[in-house]
Amino acid sequence: MLSMRYLKIWVGGAILMVLFLCGIAAPLLAPRDPQAQTLEDRLRPPRWSDNGSAAYFLGTDNLGRDMLSRIIYGSRISLMVGAATVIFAGLLGCTLGAVAGYFGRTTDEVVSKISEIFLAFPFLLIAIAIMAFLGQGVGNLIMALMLSRWVQYCRVVRGEVLSIKERDFVTAAKALGGRDGYVLFRHVVPNTLASVTVIATFGMAIVIITEASLSFLGLGVPVHIPTWGSMLSEGRSYINRAPWLTIFPGLAIFITVFGINLLGDGLRDIFDPKLRRQR
Amino acid sequence: MRKLARRFISAIPVILGISFLIFILMHLAPGDPVTLLLGDDATPADIERTRREWGLDKPLLAQYWDFLSRAVTGDFGRSLKFNEPVMKLVVERLPATLELAFASLVVAILIAVPLGVYSAIKHNSLLDHAGMSVALIGVSLPNFWLGIMMIYFLGGQLNLLPVAGRIEYGIEFQSITGLYLVDSLLAGNFSGFRSALQHLLMPAVTLGSSLAAIVTRISRSSVLEVMRQDYVTTARAKGLSEKDVIWRHILRNSLITIVTILGLQLGALLSGSVVTETVFSFPGIGDLLIQSISARDYKLTQVLILMFAVTYFAVNLLVDLLYSWIDPRITY
Repeated sequence: MLSMRYLKIWVGGAILMVLFLCGIAAPLLAPRDPQAQTLEDRLRPPRWSDNGSAAYFLGTDNLGRDMLSRIIYGSRISLMVGAATVIFAGLLGCTLGAVAGYFGRTTDEVVSKISEIFLAFPFLLIAIAIMAFLGQGVGNLIMALMLSRWVQYCRVVRGEVLSIKERDFVTAAKALGGRDGYVLFRHVVPNTLASVTVIATFGMAIVIITEASLSFLGLGVPVHIPTWGSMLSEGRSYINRAPWLTIFPGLAIFITVFGINLLGDGLRDIFDPKLRRQR
Repeated sequence: MRKLARRFISAIPVILGISFLIFILMHLAPGDPVTLLLGDDATPADIERTRREWGLDKPLLAQYWDFLSRAVTGDFGRSLKFNEPVMKLVVERLPATLELAFASLVVAILIAVPLGVYSAIKHNSLLDHAGMSVALIGVSLPNFWLGIMMIYFLGGQLNLLPVAGRIEYGIEFQSITGLYLVDSLLAGNFSGFRSALQHLLMPAVTLGSSLAAIVTRISRSSVLEVMRQDYVTTARAKGLSEKDVIWRHILRNSLITIVTILGLQLGALLSGSVVTETVFSFPGIGDLLIQSISARDYKLTQVLILMFAVTYFAVNLLVDLLYSWIDPRITY
């Protein structure tokens, strides 16, 4: 029988995989163009409702656009922004953290001071402030989220490197004549990957919710690109007349984040020896 | 005490750095605030005059220096959008956000701590698994969606709770602190208190839900960790009742981790209030921040973001003070 922790990884991984496939194959899976407006079919309820139409499985919005197609296309933005932010913030944070932890002294002090400024500020607010300056756009959004998330990776990697660099295998690598850069990135950094994987997974869930929040506030991607957050924002005005406009995009965000958190939980259970002891 | 004073002083450059970054960010943003304010019909002469009146014609550094030198005297300038002193707007709106954040904290503690502690004490039981599943769902729910769904079901379909604002229109009482729950109680106005509480309930649950989920998980793991300590075994070996062991030995020692997480998450609560206040049209500084960003009201946006940073810092300092009360081994 699968143990609970592997079950979490399998279920979470499967949800994420399905969503990634949806995002990649959106043009093939979406029944209609997500931007196509059919005004005579505006605010059509989902197929199973009284006035539902077989042509629109999840109904239509206030401009007669197909909700199912918009939700499928919306997964592209959420997952792309989530993955890109995790990769860029991870690369920046891990590199700075590793260098600060390994070389110490002035490098460590400078990196720690910069981290302190970013930590002195709730990350959603950093993202709001940066988006207010940069303006709407997918690239800007990734940049804002990256700048608000890198510090988490930096602190964890710095802490781990501080402890790993004192271990015997690192001393041995140095004794064999390994240069600092080689020892750091070949021997030290790979040993931090377990923690980084766990933070990256939970980080992706946070980024997806933050992206949706920013789009909801009108600070995310431009309005013509369908995203779950902006769909929620638009649908809010029709909450009593057409609740499906807010229910389905919200469910899409929830299922995605739930899947990622499940995967993160499973990975943490495996990588964290303290948790293994608690079970 | 000296360490606390040092922390207080060390925060000054950080806050100055943040204020400068925000100042630069806001001024580099696309869109001219004066054009936005005066509209398309404004003549170039009108625009020029307004720009001069607001000091926007000066170089950036001079504007920042003006801002700083006035700020130390408590004068943060006037809002472009509202044409009122920025400080007046902040003082009017801040109590609403603080009341909301505090209510969310209470909601989170009331749900999370008992659930987390009970899950740990009965760990690996059905209730433990159910509690942790609820926490996982809670942490995955986008709270603004939860808010919209509550507006739809509790406000719209069941008509149980009001969906916007802070108090029912027409109820009036003397506002002393700006915290409606406190003010209405002080004035002995119980219908006002009930109305304020009803208006606060959905926003507080919305904002507190993800914090509750996080605190449930942390409380559980913290209690599990403490339960394995030798002094707990000793307490049991001494023949103390299970109730005493839990209340006096396990809970008290688990509180440090729980308070730390609550303190760290308060920042998230404050920034989360921006979204929650927008959902419920709750007139706090989060709602004001979004209005000021869309109007490109530099001064107001800058002060509001600074206000969030200062409040976040003050909360963290308060959490540090709480530690030494909870754990007398920690001294400053």
